Amino acid sequence: MSKRSRRGSAFVAVTAIAALVVTACGAGGRPGEGDGEGGGASDVGVTADTIKIGAHFPLTGVAAPGYSEIPTGTKAYFDYVNANGGVHGRKIEYVYKDDAYNPTNTSQVVNELVLQEEIFAMVGGLGTPTHSAVLDFLNSSGVPDLFVSSGSLLWNQPEKNPQTFGWQPDYEVEGKIIGQYLRDHLSEAKIGLFLQDDDFGDDGEKGVRAFVGDRIVAAERYAPGNTDVGPQIAALQASGADVVVGFNVPSYTALSQLTSMRLNYGPQWIYSNVGSDPALVGSLLNRFSEGKVTDASVLDGVITTEYLPGVEEKDNPWTRLWQRVWDEHGGQGELTNYRIYGMSEAYTFVQALQAAGPEPTRAGLVEALEKIGPELTGPALVPYRYSADSHAGLSGVKVVRIKGAGTEDLSPVLVTGNGDTEITEHTAEHAPPPPNGIPDMKPVG
Amino acid sequence: MGARIITKPVNAVRRFLPSSVLGRNLLAVLVALIAVVLVLELTTPFRNAQLATMSYYAIAAVGLTVLTGLNGQISLGHGALMAVGAYTTALLLGEDAVPFPVAMLAAALVTALAGVLVGAAASRLHGPYLAGATLALAVGVPGLAIYFDGLLGGEQGLPVSSPRAPDWFADALYFLSANDMSSAKYLAYLGWATLLLVMLLLANLMASRFGRVWRAVRDDEVAAELAGLRLGRLRVLAFVVSAACAGLAGSVLAMVVRLAAPSGFTIVLSLSLLTAVVVGGLGSLGGALLGSALLVFLPPAVTNLGTSAGLTGVQAAQLAPFVYGVVLIVVILVAPGGVMGLLRRLWRAGTTTSSDQGGTR
Repeated sequence: MSKRSRRGSAFVAVTAIAALVVTACGAGGRPGEGDGEGGGASDVGVTADTIKIGAHFPLTGVAAPGYSEIPTGTKAYFDYVNANGGVHGRKIEYVYKDDAYNPTNTSQVVNELVLQEEIFAMVGGLGTPTHSAVLDFLNSSGVPDLFVSSGSLLWNQPEKNPQTFGWQPDYEVEGKIIGQYLRDHLSEAKIGLFLQDDDFGDDGEKGVRAFVGDRIVAAERYAPGNTDVGPQIAALQASGADVVVGFNVPSYTALSQLTSMRLNYGPQWIYSNVGSDPALVGSLLNRFSEGKVTDASVLDGVITTEYLPGVEEKDNPWTRLWQRVWDEHGGQGELTNYRIYGMSEAYTFVQALQAAGPEPTRAGLVEALEKIGPELTGPALVPYRYSADSHAGLSGVKVVRIKGAGTEDLSPVLVTGNGDTEITEHTAEHAPPPPNGIPDMKPVG
Repeated sequence: MGARIITKPVNAVRRFLPSSVLGRNLLAVLVALIAVVLVLELTTPFRNAQLATMSYYAIAAVGLTVLTGLNGQISLGHGALMAVGAYTTALLLGEDAVPFPVAMLAAALVTALAGVLVGAAASRLHGPYLAGATLALAVGVPGLAIYFDGLLGGEQGLPVSSPRAPDWFADALYFLSANDMSSAKYLAYLGWATLLLVMLLLANLMASRFGRVWRAVRDDEVAAELAGLRLGRLRVLAFVVSAACAGLAGSVLAMVVRLAAPSGFTIVLSLSLLTAVVVGGLGSLGGALLGSALLVFLPPAVTNLGTSAGLTGVQAAQLAPFVYGVVLIVVILVAPGGVMGLLRRLWRAGTTTSSDQGGTR
């Protein structure tokens, strides 16, 4: 066969294959739009007796200490609810995946959760950079994205991201309440700021500056991942700050404590709630100092904020409930504040699901949460701010001082909103949990 | 005798193949394109999303295999070059959106330019020194995003509005398969079309004069220099080609992930790419493809296996990197030439016996 004819026959073969493919698969034009969803009431992820939800957490890698405990708490509470009959007769199936705190991984595991596992809703996905990678995907796919485990203001954009809801007090609210405390109780102090260099630090700084902007003598930022905070702490020391407010994660609480000890610098430290868990900071201090500092006793006297009863408040009825849930359905390890955080999110989700009615839909869940916002009660000391115009989570914190394993109150429970909203005292009594430990929210609509 | 009968149809097929390298490569790409359409139309949206992920790893890996396998230069900085492409895309697809092909082209060009600089610096370095220099790139570049946080979005990165399927494309595929176009599938098409184009260009380049001289430089520098080849220029060129691929890969990554953030471009990414080309088989484009598939499909498979075996979520998540490490070690021990090397060895064993039998006839 000549070269030319060989090439010719190859061309014919390919064209034939292509034509075959086209005709074999041919489906012609589209049928008319508007085939309604069959069944009506049920939605993706919901069956007659189960409802599947998912989340992404750093289970491995640098952010895993502490944060990897949150989903184990969430799961324990869902198991508790399932053992008691579930929600409207359906058991909650909770699937959580590891993203190692890397947004590229987050987008992969959330694809898996939404497209493969076909979850009904995302509940409690953790982290600002990680979750912002999937914000658009979840919203354009119509997946309810409840209770992001981060205090960034990004989750409260109901116009742009109608499916997404925050949960914990946002960092600006927390910053404002710390700022007011500084103005009223440490009125002579020169103030330094120690900030994580992202929304976390920026939002917190905005809140503090609203009250004591004129007394801030230094604002030092650290990039997460860089473990040398010597320059920042030295600059704070040089500025003469005698109060330092830290909006940082737990490992940087430990690093800043060790560094200031080495520099012989002893200001009054105020850490945001995120960075102040004594149990985790204690174990990190032990690790970073190679055993020279064995526990969190250096945190004695440090000021922080609180919005949930912690594990050390053994007599609190909520803590007693969480202990019971953990003893019955938890896995290995002790009850920790991170597990309580996960259980508290789970409790709020159960309320939302109850409100969505016996045949929940994705749209119905979002609508229900917007409606019941003001009625929500639970482990948190302050109310939620959910409504049709607001997807912001908890509205405030109280200022406390760490003392031994526990804390003592420095301020009443305070609530506020973003921007110029005034800070007011929240006087309503904190209701104990229902006797069976499961909320009872009536279906709305 | 039996082997002779087998080789007959192989020869018959061979007769139909175009004789020129370009023709053969074009035909291969066309066949691959049909395979891609079939696979994407027949798999679930989740597999589509995984294949989209695989496409950007593979684009970077084939580029790296040209640099490392063909020219003998080791780069630990390809993750950083992907970051350059991703950020370029994110900036261009931002508010004043340009069409995405323009953004992709710009990403490739900007990264190629970065490749000129790095390649020029690297052309005088060898082995571990080159690895060290490119390692600095991998560590340093994500830091730039944090330093220029006003422009590049700091730790949280820049959100990317990924392109949506144009109506004609969705309609055309609906006509073929009666499947609707999901966003994951469109991105997978985009990624695989880019990958096939890149592979076509690289396959031709490898078969050309440049491929030959790059191999010559890799195998014996002194001989190559005596033959009048200018080592420095050739090394920079290889680096630029490879960097342009990494830039394109970063661009696809940004559109698939919908975000360009520094934590997505850690040293782990660079190391993953290098392991992909080594496990697949150094110097072969098909090997780079296999290695990328391993990166994407192995970890979730292991995690799901762990969960169904009764491990908790945390334990299953910790199992994935462990199994990945074990697979790496086993491949290096059992098949130092990677999966492609192993396949080639098996193929050669088969053909040798057939010619032996032919000899006794």
